[in-house]
Amino acid sequence: MSIGLHNSEFKNPVVRWIDQRLPVFTMMQKEYGTFPTPKNFNYFWNFGALAMVTLMIMIATGIFLSMHYAAHTGLAFDSVERIMRDVNFGWLIRYVHMNGASMFFIVVYIHIFRGMYYGSYKAPRELLWILGVVIFLLMMATAFMGYVLPWGQMSFWGATVITNLFSAFPVVGNYIVELLWGGFSVDNPTLNRFFSLHYLLPFVILGVVFLHVAALHITGSNNPLGVEPKGPQDTLPFHPYYTAKDSVGLVVYFIVFAVLVFFAPNYLGHPDNYIPANPLVTPPHIVPEWYFLPYYAILRAVPDKLGGVLLMFGSILIWFVLPWLDRSPVRSMRFRPLARLFFLLWTANFLVLLWVGAKPAEGTYVLIAQIATAYYFAYFLVILPLLAKFERPLPLPESISRPVLGGGPLPMGAAAKPMEKA
Amino acid sequence: MADTGHVATDGAPRRDFLMLATGAFAAVGVGAIAWPFIASLQPARDTLALATTDVDLAPITEGQAVTVMWRGKPVFVRSRTPKEIEEARAVAVNALPDPATDQSRVQREQWLVLIGICTHLGCVPSGQRATDTRGEYGGWFCPCHGSHYDTSGRIRKGPAPRNLDVPQYAFTSDTKIRIG
Amino acid sequence: MLRVSFKALALAIGLFAAAPAHAAGEAIPIPDRKFSFDGIFGTYDRASAQRGFQVYKEVCAACHGMRLLSYRNLRELGLTEAQVAGIASQFEIKDGPNDEGQMFERPGRPADRFRSPFPNDAAARAANNGALPPDLSVMTKARAGGADYLFALLTGYEDPPPGVTVMDGMHFNRYFPGNQIAMGPVLNPDQVEFADGTKATVEQMAHDVSTFLQWAAEPELEQRRALGVKIIIFLTILAGLTYAVKRKIWADVEH
Repeated sequence: MSIGLHNSEFKNPVVRWIDQRLPVFTMMQKEYGTFPTPKNFNYFWNFGALAMVTLMIMIATGIFLSMHYAAHTGLAFDSVERIMRDVNFGWLIRYVHMNGASMFFIVVYIHIFRGMYYGSYKAPRELLWILGVVIFLLMMATAFMGYVLPWGQMSFWGATVITNLFSAFPVVGNYIVELLWGGFSVDNPTLNRFFSLHYLLPFVILGVVFLHVAALHITGSNNPLGVEPKGPQDTLPFHPYYTAKDSVGLVVYFIVFAVLVFFAPNYLGHPDNYIPANPLVTPPHIVPEWYFLPYYAILRAVPDKLGGVLLMFGSILIWFVLPWLDRSPVRSMRFRPLARLFFLLWTANFLVLLWVGAKPAEGTYVLIAQIATAYYFAYFLVILPLLAKFERPLPLPESISRPVLGGGPLPMGAAAKPMEKA
Repeated sequence: MADTGHVATDGAPRRDFLMLATGAFAAVGVGAIAWPFIASLQPARDTLALATTDVDLAPITEGQAVTVMWRGKPVFVRSRTPKEIEEARAVAVNALPDPATDQSRVQREQWLVLIGICTHLGCVPSGQRATDTRGEYGGWFCPCHGSHYDTSGRIRKGPAPRNLDVPQYAFTSDTKIRIG
Repeated sequence: MLRVSFKALALAIGLFAAAPAHAAGEAIPIPDRKFSFDGIFGTYDRASAQRGFQVYKEVCAACHGMRLLSYRNLRELGLTEAQVAGIASQFEIKDGPNDEGQMFERPGRPADRFRSPFPNDAAARAANNGALPPDLSVMTKARAGGADYLFALLTGYEDPPPGVTVMDGMHFNRYFPGNQIAMGPVLNPDQVEFADGTKATVEQMAHDVSTFLQWAAEPELEQRRALGVKIIIFLTILAGLTYAVKRKIWADVEH
């Protein structure tokens, strides 16, 4: 780009004046207006936009909640109930924030599922995928610290158990835990720093989301066929086609969200968190929020403290190297019958972990958790690498438009060869 | 979507109406979202409920004044001397910047009850203690920007636009008032 | 490799976190009690909740506080301003310090929080054989089963089955986890006299006080549901419109 005023195409004088000096309008037009997007998205491709909107909702409600919340062990519980009772629409803002965390994880889990199913992590989108995993880790940290803030029994004991995970590390473990606590147990300093970080991290997420979207707009979107667009006949401008389609998904999403907030606001929560924190009494059955249950199940499946902790962290860290574990050149599992089977099994297995994570760690539940944990890792470490070598994918369509225009699969030979370099 | 092939012919007008209706609906929705947020900034119910303060007048001797808190603001309660009352009532009301009779500002002439916040920019005027400067009119003087109030709390000189406000209060007995 | 080692580990039982959930006694399903606030369109039966407040005030309040509620909140149950002021003034509330630096007691005002029976948890324990009567402000949200559970608990006192010995100072309750509860069967027939002539059976009082506690825990429930119905109707129409727009826009695309 040359120095000097940007050559703006906008006619409106005010827009043009700004755009010449800071081409934000040109950028928006390029990235969200004319941006060429594969024409064959299904509704799974709504979930990126839904996640973005949910992040905005969480930040907005969170900022307003923080205006009334008191981050002090003596005041936190009552200040949250004061929000529910005395602050105008406080109950609404708090329930949206509380259930918004659950909705955020539902949306992001589906988003991740879509990325795994359609091979969106494969070249050239590895970095896009890695940034996504970073976002997910930040989300987990944010959600965990947010759950501590109401200072109920589950807040306190969840914080105690999770921070104690770090004590599993040899030598530095106890030092790390005291560093996290700012004392010798979860107490006021812990609550204060968690509040501070809970406020900070969403903005870090926002920054990484920006990078995630920037990377997406370099490579372009993947699509259900996993075949790169071959030309203009395969794409549509983002606006109005996908703005309209995302809007449909968004409104339907809001309906689900509203049902939860207005008619079952505490359904996904735990009653114990309406009991003020008591450092002397542990609830008989500690469970994390539902979205952490799979990892909790993995943690408890291992009869060794350090091993459990490492495996639990490993269960997410392994996503970072997924693009290199799955070397199959075919992206979409539509054309990988075996991988598809194993992946759907993996998804069901993930749900089994979620279910078993809520059960007491005894008897058969432990065995189920162990088998499910084994499959969780085997899928990544054994099945995917082997499939890349031995699986014979179905013939790939020549382009996005071809199956639409021609209908039906192409003759063999036309595309049994691996996907082209994008 | 099986039937996409044959709706395009008469699409234009319906599309325009549809767009308009949908746009309007969406705009209403977005506008409505703002409301709970703005409402949450308004005083909460417990804040509104903390509305009254009781003041015992018995220990306040003539010429003395006390300051009490009401809704987070200072309230001046002054037991006026006959001379101060006389001064306050001798003024030509129409010549005042904010005309008001002294009678309209007190319930019992000895007791003057005022919100102690300068109507200019919100400072607390001096004049409550005997050693304070009370300004040219013997009432209160706001040191921030030099507003002078008289013995009825009326603005006489300086930038303040209005007299000191009189809060809602009632005598619950001869020696007690309840503010709010 | 990992898989193999895991299968070996599967035999071992050793746990890092969480203890067995069930204490003595099997969990008994909590019967579903019909309340006015059940379902999507349910609202609070004001008369029942007012009676429930009376039961709380005359029975429960001897041991249980409700520190998150204020007397002014009773206006929402249909009491008049004068009635609320009257109720509040029956309680001596600690205030201060006054000009001499002393704390003093004065009659309650509507803006005051419900007076707790004990100044702190230690005092509450000392007066109750070491058991802490929990604050009831959010009780229905803090127990699985909510109001159904509270009703079941209050009416669930019975003689222990043969072979079960109840510890000294404890009482057998069918629905309490572990069955042994420090709180005795405090509701007795005709213990309170309802102004509206309702007969004060144990079941009636338990029902009313459960309604009252449900209201206390979720005073926003009616407003929440009413707003929810409106918003969902609005969103459903918007969804239809948005979908129609989307179809129109996509009409000329072959896909």
